[in-house]
Amino acid sequence: MTTDIPALELVPRTDEKQSAKDFKSDQEVRWCPGCGDYAILAAVQGFLPSLGLKRENIVFVSGIGCSSRFPYYLDTYGVHSIHGRAPAIATGLSVSRPDLSVWVITGDGDALSIGGNHLIHALRRNVNLKILLFNNRIYGLTKGQYSPTSEVGKITKSTPLGSLDYPFNPVSLALGAEATFVARTIDSDRKHLTSVLAQAAAHEGAALVEIYQNCNIFNDGAFEPLKDAGIRDEHLIRLEAGQPIRFGVDGHRGVVRGSDGQVRVVEVADVAESDLLVHQPGADDPGVAFALSRLVDPETLDKTAIGVFRDVARPSYDRQVREQLAAAGEPASSEDLTALLQGPDTWTVV
Amino acid sequence: MAKERTRRSDVIIRFAGDSGDGMQLTGDRFTSATASFGNDLSTLPDFPAEIRAPAGTLPGVSAFQIHFADHDIMTPGDAPDVLVAMNPAALKANIGDLARGGTIIVNTDEFTKRALQKVGYDSDPLADDSLASYSLHAIPLTSLTVGALESFDITKKEAERAKNMFALGLLSWLYHRPMDQTKVFLTEKFGKKPEILAANLAALEAGWSFGETTETFEVQYEVRPAALPGGTYRNITGNVALSYGLVAAARCSGLGLFLGSYPITPASDILHELSRHKRFGVTTFQAEDEIAGIGAALGAAYGGAIGVTTTSGPGLALKSETLGLAVALELPLVVIDVQRGGPSTGLPTKTEQADLLQAMFGRNGEAPVPIVAPQSPGDCFFAALEAVRIATKYRTPVLLLSDGYLANGAEPWRIPDVADLPDLTVSFTTEPNDTDADGNPVFQPFLRDPQTLARPWAVPGTAGLEHRIGGIEKADVTGAISYDPANHDHMVRTRQAKVDGIAADIPPLVVDDPTGEADVLVLGWGSTYGPIAAACRMVREAGHPVAQAHLRHLNPFPANTGDVLRRYRRVIIPEMNLGQLSLLIRGTFLVDARPVTQVRGLPFRSEDLAEAILAEMPAEQPDMSTLTEESLT
Repeated sequence: MTTDIPALELVPRTDEKQSAKDFKSDQEVRWCPGCGDYAILAAVQGFLPSLGLKRENIVFVSGIGCSSRFPYYLDTYGVHSIHGRAPAIATGLSVSRPDLSVWVITGDGDALSIGGNHLIHALRRNVNLKILLFNNRIYGLTKGQYSPTSEVGKITKSTPLGSLDYPFNPVSLALGAEATFVARTIDSDRKHLTSVLAQAAAHEGAALVEIYQNCNIFNDGAFEPLKDAGIRDEHLIRLEAGQPIRFGVDGHRGVVRGSDGQVRVVEVADVAESDLLVHQPGADDPGVAFALSRLVDPETLDKTAIGVFRDVARPSYDRQVREQLAAAGEPASSEDLTALLQGPDTWTVV
Repeated sequence: MAKERTRRSDVIIRFAGDSGDGMQLTGDRFTSATASFGNDLSTLPDFPAEIRAPAGTLPGVSAFQIHFADHDIMTPGDAPDVLVAMNPAALKANIGDLARGGTIIVNTDEFTKRALQKVGYDSDPLADDSLASYSLHAIPLTSLTVGALESFDITKKEAERAKNMFALGLLSWLYHRPMDQTKVFLTEKFGKKPEILAANLAALEAGWSFGETTETFEVQYEVRPAALPGGTYRNITGNVALSYGLVAAARCSGLGLFLGSYPITPASDILHELSRHKRFGVTTFQAEDEIAGIGAALGAAYGGAIGVTTTSGPGLALKSETLGLAVALELPLVVIDVQRGGPSTGLPTKTEQADLLQAMFGRNGEAPVPIVAPQSPGDCFFAALEAVRIATKYRTPVLLLSDGYLANGAEPWRIPDVADLPDLTVSFTTEPNDTDADGNPVFQPFLRDPQTLARPWAVPGTAGLEHRIGGIEKADVTGAISYDPANHDHMVRTRQAKVDGIAADIPPLVVDDPTGEADVLVLGWGSTYGPIAAACRMVREAGHPVAQAHLRHLNPFPANTGDVLRRYRRVIIPEMNLGQLSLLIRGTFLVDARPVTQVRGLPFRSEDLAEAILAEMPAEQPDMSTLTEESLT
């Protein structure tokens, strides 16, 4: 199955039928048994064939951390780089090679702590990168210290009395960093994850996808309220473009924007159906998307929104670089190089 | 009234004024005219890091020195013959360097009581006898300029600002310099402000006429064109030459050039220059920080471009982890460090050579990186070509060590013929390079070329060669993650052997010893070439043979380096650091090399170096006070 995706028009397509198996490398996967990364890997391997791209034109670039081992397990081109720097490395690759589909794999420590600077700048520039941020709210590879998304008071090896740091909300951060595409999904919900990946791939420019991912060794159950079939529907807000925002068992809860401009959760029974906020990820103003990202109760994860928060069109950095290069005129000839070296003022010694 | 003309073999002029007086522009224009006149020349811009330091203060003094001659010269000169001082601060800061009997041209308008007090003059040096041993020309440059521009529809402030053009006109007359190019330059600069343009042109002419018609100057000087080797020349600074070298290298390689850079003095001009040449396949990316600059360059190199990043010392420190990644990935990358005074922020606008050991060793683990250093502004062009050649051929990051003196200094440059530039063609790997146990073709990303030990450069988009690379230790040949002790030992030694092997692919160290009788060798690297060469000339003129050798490659050293060093009784190494090359030479070759060091943010004075060399000579020492580069030529 292939689809025509304008954002990928410069990436060569294949006529060959691909399957998930084509994207599995010969390397033994070395995550802990039960790690959420397995589910994400399987989902990505299952999703990539749907793009219909030549496998050799896909590149995965990662930083350091458990999630950053990801490229080794995909039979595409890949770079496992250094801590926090994947967006920078991927920027140089993407800008100089428009024929590639470039993906960044990162984690909450890699992207938001040591690499925070590169992340926000890649987003504001709108570099044509699809950034998958695996958020497990803990440092796994270094064995269990709190991360920039850990809840306040987290007891870890480095914070025996509880962490003092107030956490980042990655979706809020990305929206504040002028991102043109921001989404959140969950490792265990393969259908939702795949749907979000497809929308990210179809977006021209930077796409940030936060994936809630369970670390069953150091932070097991961090997202359990959003996964437990018995209670998740009560907490989880599934954002759907063009749809009134309702959630909870039988949709008894809803989101409205009050006359004071505040976005809040109400009982649908208490308001008119027409008062419910209709989700518009394409809205110019990121304000409502930001408000939706702030509804969550950080203690209980109640009112956690997932789906695409924002998806707006702005020319990618890559495209604009190409346009400037094209506008500079005909490619220089060897006579042009001679003229450049000579400059305006020369003299001749016989 | 026709004035007397006196011929000089060379002249050193220093323009000095407030940061806002336009001294760099004045020097630059005088240099351009001098270059087109056909003199050999060498310049030394010397300015503060502050964009506008407090007016009239010593820290705010900006100076530009030019040495020009009718013969080949090596340095901007030790002691100026002429000092143009636009205010008391400029006089005070520079008078100590002026040659005895030298000429001083001061702008008397700025010699007010308050201005004098500001820099600690108790009495007016123009009125007391303190300048008696110089030829003093006290001229009200500002009021003469304002007077000459009375008829123009500009403010008094705008008129005053043209005083540097008046000074340039005067000096142009005094040294018989053509002004046509400066007029063209001004026309381009002020084309949109016709009144300002006219005023500047008028100020320039007024300065010339002032010299010609008043009796202030009785003699006009003439410095004839130099007999340089035949060819077409231009004037060029190190940063421009380096930029052109990168453009040319990319063209010679057939690849695009990608510069990832974060602005930093004194390297930013390379970013500025390259950003103007998109037609040559040059993409420039102003990154969010130094780390992103090198990261993006490395990413572009992975994609098959000539990846380049430019910086200065503090930035190189930030780039070291990514540089180590480039060593591990074995991808071509060119890292340019335009060195400045350190440590930390140090002296941003001043020169130094104290990053050699950082370049050599400033990474975790065993991470060898080839190092190339240009020896003059024009040579930056060829050093850039050489850095790209080594990087692409050996699939390795290469460090190019320029410095602030080379970056901003200028010299006449014989423009190379594009047809003579080296062939740097790169061929990417496009086919599997091995077979597996079952005989199926496979790609091994770390299967090396047996000659160069370079690994294949297979870029994304190449079907069938999909592979993964990373910073974790890789198994030899396959590139798979490996923690095997023997493999790591093998890989560390192989990466080192690859860099060491470049010694067989670079020119041998050449010794300049005209008589062949020297038993003292002066060894240098980088921008000290000019001062060392000038010092060696002085020493030879004084009757002592001395040998000079200069290293372009600092890692690896040329294969014959040890043999050369051992031929001499004494090896002296002048460096603008505390002995970093000396440490490497002593450690590598067990030679008792003696460092001669200086870290003043300025190039060596050749006279000082000549003295240091003579101190190592066996015979009696002549009186150096009579020796200068110009007196000996």
